[in-house]
Amino acid sequence: MRLELHGITKRFPGVVANEGVDLVVEPGQIHALLGENGAGKSTLMNVLYGLYRPDEGEIRLDGKVRTFRDPGDAIAAGIGMVHQHFMLVPVFTVTENIMLGVESTRGRTGFLDYKTARSRIVEVSERHGLHVDPDARVEDLPVGVRQRVEIIKTLYRKADVLILDEPTAVLTPQEDEELFEIMRSLARAGTSIIFITHKLNEVLEIADTITVLRRGKVVGSTRPADTNQGELAAMMVGRSIKLVVDKGPAAPTEPVLSISGLSVRDDRGHLAVDSLDLDVRAGEIVAVAGVQGNGQTELIEAITGLRAPLSGSVRIAGSEVRAAPRKVFEAGVAHVPEDRLEEGLIPGFTVAENLILNTYYLEPYAKGLRVQRDAIVATAGELVDQYDIRTPSMFNDVGNLSGGNQQKVIVAREFSRPIKLLVASQPTRGLDVGSIEYIHKRIVEKRDEGVAVLIASTELDEVLALGDRIAVMYQGRIVGILDPSEATPERLGLLMGGAQLADAIGVMPPAGPRPPDAGSAGVAPSAGGGAR
Amino acid sequence: MTAAAATAATTAGRVVTRERVLGVGYIVIAILMVVFLGGGIAGEESKFGLNVGPRPVIPLPDLVVPAQLTVYLLAGICAFAGVVQLLRAGVRWWAVLLGIVAVCLVAAFLTWAAAGRSMSLVGLMSQTLQRSVPIAFGAFSGLLCERSGVVNIAIEGMLLCGAFAAAVAASIAGNVWVGIAAAIVVGGFLGLLLAVLAIRYFVDQIIAGTVINIGAAGLTAFLSSKVLVALPDLNNPPRFLPDKIPGLGDIPIVGPILFTNSLFVYAMFVLILVIHLALFYTRYGLRVRAVGEHPIAAETVGIDVVRTRYINVVLGGMMAGFGGAYFTLGSTGSFDKGMTAGKGFIGLAAMIFGGWTPIGAFFASLIFGFADALQNRLSILNVGIPSEVLLMVPYIVTIAVVAGLVGRVRMPAADGKPFRRE
Ligand SMILES: Nc1ncnc2c1ncn2[C@@H]1O[C@H](COP(=O)(O)OP(=O)(O)OP(=O)(O)O)[C@@H](O)[C@H]1O
Ligand SMILES: [Mg+2]
Repeated sequence: MRLELHGITKRFPGVVANEGVDLVVEPGQIHALLGENGAGKSTLMNVLYGLYRPDEGEIRLDGKVRTFRDPGDAIAAGIGMVHQHFMLVPVFTVTENIMLGVESTRGRTGFLDYKTARSRIVEVSERHGLHVDPDARVEDLPVGVRQRVEIIKTLYRKADVLILDEPTAVLTPQEDEELFEIMRSLARAGTSIIFITHKLNEVLEIADTITVLRRGKVVGSTRPADTNQGELAAMMVGRSIKLVVDKGPAAPTEPVLSISGLSVRDDRGHLAVDSLDLDVRAGEIVAVAGVQGNGQTELIEAITGLRAPLSGSVRIAGSEVRAAPRKVFEAGVAHVPEDRLEEGLIPGFTVAENLILNTYYLEPYAKGLRVQRDAIVATAGELVDQYDIRTPSMFNDVGNLSGGNQQKVIVAREFSRPIKLLVASQPTRGLDVGSIEYIHKRIVEKRDEGVAVLIASTELDEVLALGDRIAVMYQGRIVGILDPSEATPERLGLLMGGAQLADAIGVMPPAGPRPPDAGSAGVAPSAGGGAR
Repeated sequence: MTAAAATAATTAGRVVTRERVLGVGYIVIAILMVVFLGGGIAGEESKFGLNVGPRPVIPLPDLVVPAQLTVYLLAGICAFAGVVQLLRAGVRWWAVLLGIVAVCLVAAFLTWAAAGRSMSLVGLMSQTLQRSVPIAFGAFSGLLCERSGVVNIAIEGMLLCGAFAAAVAASIAGNVWVGIAAAIVVGGFLGLLLAVLAIRYFVDQIIAGTVINIGAAGLTAFLSSKVLVALPDLNNPPRFLPDKIPGLGDIPIVGPILFTNSLFVYAMFVLILVIHLALFYTRYGLRVRAVGEHPIAAETVGIDVVRTRYINVVLGGMMAGFGGAYFTLGSTGSFDKGMTAGKGFIGLAAMIFGGWTPIGAFFASLIFGFADALQNRLSILNVGIPSEVLLMVPYIVTIAVVAGLVGRVRMPAADGKPFRRE
């Protein structure tokens, strides 16, 4: 189906999220939509999907003007969308989630016909090589599989236009590849695909056409053959971007964080961190690499006092961490959590309030029982300027900011107080290249000021770009600590997939050719860094 | 593998603590039973009647047991359960053991209360079922609303208005069915009011519900003292009398309990089935649950969240109105101000205890209904201890059970959260 958007304008109080946007997607085309955080990509897609009504402009499908009052209309017109934040009911099974809204029923009784639905799901998923267990509960599934469920959901509704809003932000490199295969096969079958991502190498790999949005407007269109990562980055941000951080050698001194024999259980009671030892010294960045779900989350939670360890000890600047986050903060630890909306921010509170979330009870923000509004506003104003947080005002609900700007709020809050240890989990997940450059620069700056930095990331490029030492985590243990000079994506990939350190180092010379089966964890370089 | 060993030890440590608390608790309960329940009833007999009504088709002899021995026996079972719990016979058995202890405790209590007297066991059960009716209706009302994501704490007010409307309408028309219809309409109207406040105007759902409760209590109290007192003919409705289902009603024990009831009890059974099937096996139910769990996800697949919530809250109101009619048309036969006496809130507790499912809510209602019926029996039997004090026992058992359930029952994720588009 040929999709045309003409002059779409969408305003929110204080922001013009889309301004006169034109976009044409041909049948069978993979059309990448690029743009900074807050450029208006998700908004545009929500307009197309009937979730928002445009203030101006029209949508045409195969030349016919269509108006969608709600997503039901858009679905009926053949549009399917996989949202940036998954739209699955966690307590439902895969089958229930997929058939929701287009249920199979037994005759006209209204009774659900699970058997028919299940067999249709199996049929759709086998046709496209998307394997899921139709009877699994969604909350028990890893994110990669949830993604698949979302895609099956759209195929089940026979979507001719498929919108994928940052589908790869939470996927492992291997899952990325699987997704691309699916996208290619769908496109071959005639489905038009709109693909939103911040990973420029992905765009060059998979897109037929690229459109770039900046501050709500289309600033250009191009094809992968005619461009490169640097050019795309410049188009998005409006200036040239360094895709790799400048970073001198580290000058580490004494250990700030000492972990010994740490074991931690996850929510389901399984051992997630298994007698782990690790030191992080002042003035160095230790990057923990690993496929998601190998205990990184639990490790970070134990360090920041959010989860009580089973055994072992975590010492920060010499004193033992007890499960008391405020004590940990006061000991000089900054924490950039993995899930910003769950753990980093309070949606519903303003930007200003979120900027002082861990200092609100201290002078100058509080005197006695009273909150000092002026002091808060002054600090928040400074931080919004200094960290370039794009928001109509500091009194806006933080939940309405784009993902990248939400992340900046957290970084601004955590970096603006005196700290000894910085712990960050996926610090640039979902961020645009400009913001990544910015946050990486800040992290290196903190290191150079003598802060000990621990980063957990599933992005190999981020790990390689930042780490002074790279620790690979596999099944709750550190399976190897590499120097950046000996760490290659291939070696890291092997270690992340469970290979032994000696094997990984021995088998492969640093600059060796890439073996065809280079590790199950995936080794393709991704994201903005490294490729040039 | 020292870490693994340490892990195992800590794991065991935590579980052992909890099991010890329970196990020691059971043994303490057994001792209390022996001392307080078994103490003063040496040589007495407890007589439990198994027949109801003047001329049963198949008469059964009374169940007569030696009181003290029975209490000691039940205490022994409790103590044994405690020992089993302490010896870690299996982590999975804790709920079963808890249930056994609860049943023994209640049985011992009844034996004690009936020592030297005669108590109609079947009568107690039958009354339990009847007293659980308004609670169950309240719970169904609550769960219809909350499954779609709207908290309904206005059940109490809806019951009260339903009771009032049923009394007046049935009195005027001289027909019970008109009374029922009026109660349902009034309940539905209050549901609509709650829906408009909560869904349309985003009024905090707890506050909206409280407003309705206070309004309902005030309005019905005013009307009953000003109007019903002056015109007593408006408060003299016909009643639904128990109908014995031919054949089934003559079965000993089961017949009088289950098959000799008024419309309300039969309606309750039908509704358990209907709501259960509707909620868990139909398209409507799947959509309702999706709206209550994740309204934005529901919207993205084309479900009208607002409409779904309106429908369910109005249905919930109708359900509570129907339940309210029980007070006047099924029970006392006239309206008294404040006659619902918190049954709506107890219904809410039953809904939670029952895990937001109709079947669970029904069984939870039975526990509360049993407490109510027991109070009634004990005051007739005149056991010497203020019945209010004795009444606490079943509630304490309930609290113990609910405390054991904490973290296990899960409410609809979007329950009480308003939904805004854009
Ligand atoms: N519901 C809303 N209310 C008010 N403002 C909003 C709302 N949704 C988005 N915005 C604003 O509209 C702008 C565009 O946001 P949008 O989410 O479309 O960005 P995006 O390009 O998807 O960014 P990201 O890459 O971070 O996901 C932002 O400035 C955001 O703050
Ligand atoms: Mg977005």
